Amino acid sequence: MLLGVAALANAAAPQIAAPPEDLFKAGILSPVMPAPALKLAGSDGKPLNLERFHGKVVLLAFGFSNCGEVCPITLATLAGARKKLGADAAAVQVVYVTVDPERDDAAQMRKFLGSFDPTFVGGVGTRGEIDVAQKSYGISSTKNMNPDGSYTIGHSSSIYMIDRTGGLRAVMPYGHTVDDFVHDLKILLRT
Amino acid sequence: MNRRKSLSVAAPLLAAAVAVLAWAGFTPIHVSSREELFEIPKGTYARRAAGDKVEILPSRIRLTLGLNDVLLLRNRDDVPQVFGPTIMMPGQEFRLPFEQAASYQFACTAHASGQMTIDVEAEPVMPWSRIHWRLREWREKH
Repeated sequence: MLLGVAALANAAAPQIAAPPEDLFKAGILSPVMPAPALKLAGSDGKPLNLERFHGKVVLLAFGFSNCGEVCPITLATLAGARKKLGADAAAVQVVYVTVDPERDDAAQMRKFLGSFDPTFVGGVGTRGEIDVAQKSYGISSTKNMNPDGSYTIGHSSSIYMIDRTGGLRAVMPYGHTVDDFVHDLKILLRT
Repeated sequence: MNRRKSLSVAAPLLAAAVAVLAWAGFTPIHVSSREELFEIPKGTYARRAAGDKVEILPSRIRLTLGLNDVLLLRNRDDVPQVFGPTIMMPGQEFRLPFEQAASYQFACTAHASGQMTIDVEAEPVMPWSRIHWRLREWREKH
């Protein structure tokens, strides 16, 4: 018994803890690689590509306007983060790409996103164009039919954080708070 | 006489055991790194495509807040891999910290099942929970 306990003590001998500095709340990717390109139409009537937003931090997520739970929470959180950033929010662009191109056109996305923050830009396109965008970011989506013939869509709900130079730096899983976003955005805005 | 002799041997052993348990229960746990590393090996996609259902990563990973609460995934494969919230390019790492004790379900293309569960436990701060944590770590390493 003593040997066992002594071995236990030895196995758990104290060592020096060194928490990483400047740890993001989000998951970080390294080495940083360019964010996959987007070739879609914007809800603002302009072509939607990431080059448009160089110099800004882009928060990119996928969803749909008929989403009853995940998307409204995500968008409200992102709007809250921008509000809390104050003047720095001008350097943060939210891009929300639909996974439901059959129902979400530019006008629908503009109306939906505008109810959270008028600066948010939606990404729309054909099914083929949306599929390409989803695949390049590893976004899955599944259509679930309701008994009345309507449908909802289960989809990946992470938020991609793209730095000012277009590098895909971090990914925030669904469920984080406004303060978590503000924390990470402050890091991204100063780098 | 024999009883006294046995007692003279047992008493120090018992005292030593109590001392070690006291240390294990009352001494805060320190670790060298809070990262728990898992690698997706080169050739994983090819093996899957060939029908090999071998599990590369555990389907369940346990992390402990304050000790090993950062999941570090490395994609050594030749193709992008989707792990839960993100896609990882070949050669890329994804370092995901956890701050809430909970069970997290993630999609993961490195698994035959396509799913991965991460159980995040609360930091062991009570004496018994520290002993339990140290004992479990020791068992897993031996």
